[in-house]
Amino acid sequence: MALLDVKNLGISFGGLRAVDGLNMTIEQGALVGLIGPNGAGKTTVFNLLTGVYRPTDGTILLDGEELIGKSPSQICQTGVARTFQNIRLFSQMSVLDNVKAALHNQVKYGLQGSLFHTPGYRKKEKAIDERAREVLRVFELEQFADYKASNLPYGKQRKLEIARALATEPKLLLLDEPAAGMNPQETAELMATIEFIRNQFHVTILLIEHDMKLVAGICEYLYVLNFGTELANGLPEEVLNDPEVITAYLGE
Amino acid sequence: MKKYGKQILGCVAAIAVYVAVTAAVNMGVMSRQMMSLIVPVCMNIMLAVSLCMVVGFLGELSLGHAAFMSIGAYAGALVLKSGLPTVAALPLAVVTGGACAAVLGLIVGIPVLRLRGDYLAITTLAFGEIIKSVFNAATPITGGAGGLKRIPPVTTYRNFTFVYVLMLIVIVLVSNLVNSRHGRAICAIRDNYIAAEAIGIKVSLFKTMAFVLAAFMAGMAGVVYAGNIGILRPGNFDYNTSIEILVMVVLGGMGNITGSIIAAALLTLLPELLRGLSNYRMLVYAIVLIAMMLFSNSPLRRMLAEKRNMRQADKIQ
Ligand SMILES: Nc1ncnc2c1ncn2[C@@H]1O[C@H](COP(=O)(O)OP(=O)(O)OP(=O)(O)O)[C@@H](O)[C@H]1O
Ligand SMILES: [Mg+2]
Repeated sequence: MALLDVKNLGISFGGLRAVDGLNMTIEQGALVGLIGPNGAGKTTVFNLLTGVYRPTDGTILLDGEELIGKSPSQICQTGVARTFQNIRLFSQMSVLDNVKAALHNQVKYGLQGSLFHTPGYRKKEKAIDERAREVLRVFELEQFADYKASNLPYGKQRKLEIARALATEPKLLLLDEPAAGMNPQETAELMATIEFIRNQFHVTILLIEHDMKLVAGICEYLYVLNFGTELANGLPEEVLNDPEVITAYLGE
Repeated sequence: MKKYGKQILGCVAAIAVYVAVTAAVNMGVMSRQMMSLIVPVCMNIMLAVSLCMVVGFLGELSLGHAAFMSIGAYAGALVLKSGLPTVAALPLAVVTGGACAAVLGLIVGIPVLRLRGDYLAITTLAFGEIIKSVFNAATPITGGAGGLKRIPPVTTYRNFTFVYVLMLIVIVLVSNLVNSRHGRAICAIRDNYIAAEAIGIKVSLFKTMAFVLAAFMAGMAGVVYAGNIGILRPGNFDYNTSIEILVMVVLGGMGNITGSIIAAALLTLLPELLRGLSNYRMLVYAIVLIAMMLFSNSPLRRMLAEKRNMRQADKIQ
């Protein structure tokens, strides 16, 4: 059974059909790209998958479990985590606390622990601290642990956002233009990191990206959206040479 | 290590203040007016620190803190007047006052905190006025506009220890909360609720939790007020009182517990400290307020903050 199974997904904003009749199957452990021109509906698909928007039609199954109707926090607990196109960090909190916050449902304790700092609290907090630093280490951010998140340079903020998503231990990780605004060297590093986490954490990844080199370099499969509908899907070399896809990107 | 250093410093400060105040009272070096302000200082610190949790950490504007205080005050006063011996009545009153305020906080919070935007400010403002009218109207229980009289004076400066411990409890609980799973969730919601939801935090639940906890603490402060002043009138808890508490939090640097404590103490004592200036008292009070306001958002402070950022930025290269 596929990890993610999307059938006939659609949503309208007023008169605009932002996504229409989308079908998508992602196998366990795959690294899949979602591409398409500006305004094609890619981010909207992510918002549908994570419960930010409720679709007007369709089904979304994760590991056989229906996601539609669940709240974003429930969907996260079911195993979907994401990053945002416009970075959304907890800007006033430290880098470390950003990741610790994401361990909210991984290491739990009750309100009395928080208020009275009970022995149980200490034990759990120690585990949280270790786990959070471990995740930061993967992204080479541990030396910035005590920085305020908003003080990180742009490229590192993007990395922190991925680290935070990964900390929730998702089955499916959604990355919305992870390389946006990065220089070529940062982009190359990021590609390596994405491949590394896929292998290391056995997480399935769906990423939106405009950088075709990145897409062709690491994605095993591509879906192409145009005006909310699926234009093509297949292996990168097929899809990127498809005349229809080229037209959609370059215009008539 | 650094974290423990802060805790030790806090303990030392707490003990030092306690010893100093007790000694000053016993040696009779304090004026009557000053002594009468000891409990109000503690009470205002409780109010400011609890409101700091809502405004500074949760990032929601509440203009009804005085209303929660009034609920605690009336509920606590009724317990105090019940005739139980003080040893039993006082703790019971504090818990009852806090619980009543928390229940009202829950009733107000659940519907309003689901909404995004500044609805809480408007609702709590209206809630304060409604509560005031209710206390005015419920004459058989509250004494109406004439006031609820003859409340046993159980939280005067002679009972400083009890009030001080209660204040410390509030400070410790709020500081503890900040460094915890729940505190991080609350701060995450403040910084970006969409991202907070996306990492699995139940936003409405944690908003309500912070709000209700703050209401509980305000209710306890209300009981302290009742046992200190001896008579409760609905007019004592108006919109201005809520604003005064808010001013303490804002001057304290929003989300800075130590700052809230200092601002609360200073603003409570200031009118008395300026007594010698008699005619110019209000003028100086206003000037100090403005000065504090300017400093807390001053170019100087921003420059200091910037410098710190720069130092951090340098290291990244
Ligand atoms: N909440 C909303 N209300 C109304 N229209 C929306 C909303 N969200 C998205 N849209 C519209 O849906 C369409 C698809 O937007 P979306 O952000 O998904 O595009 P995208 O493929 O991510 O584009 P880009 O590459 O620029 O990020 C756009 O026309 C957008 O204006
Ligand atoms: Mg987009």
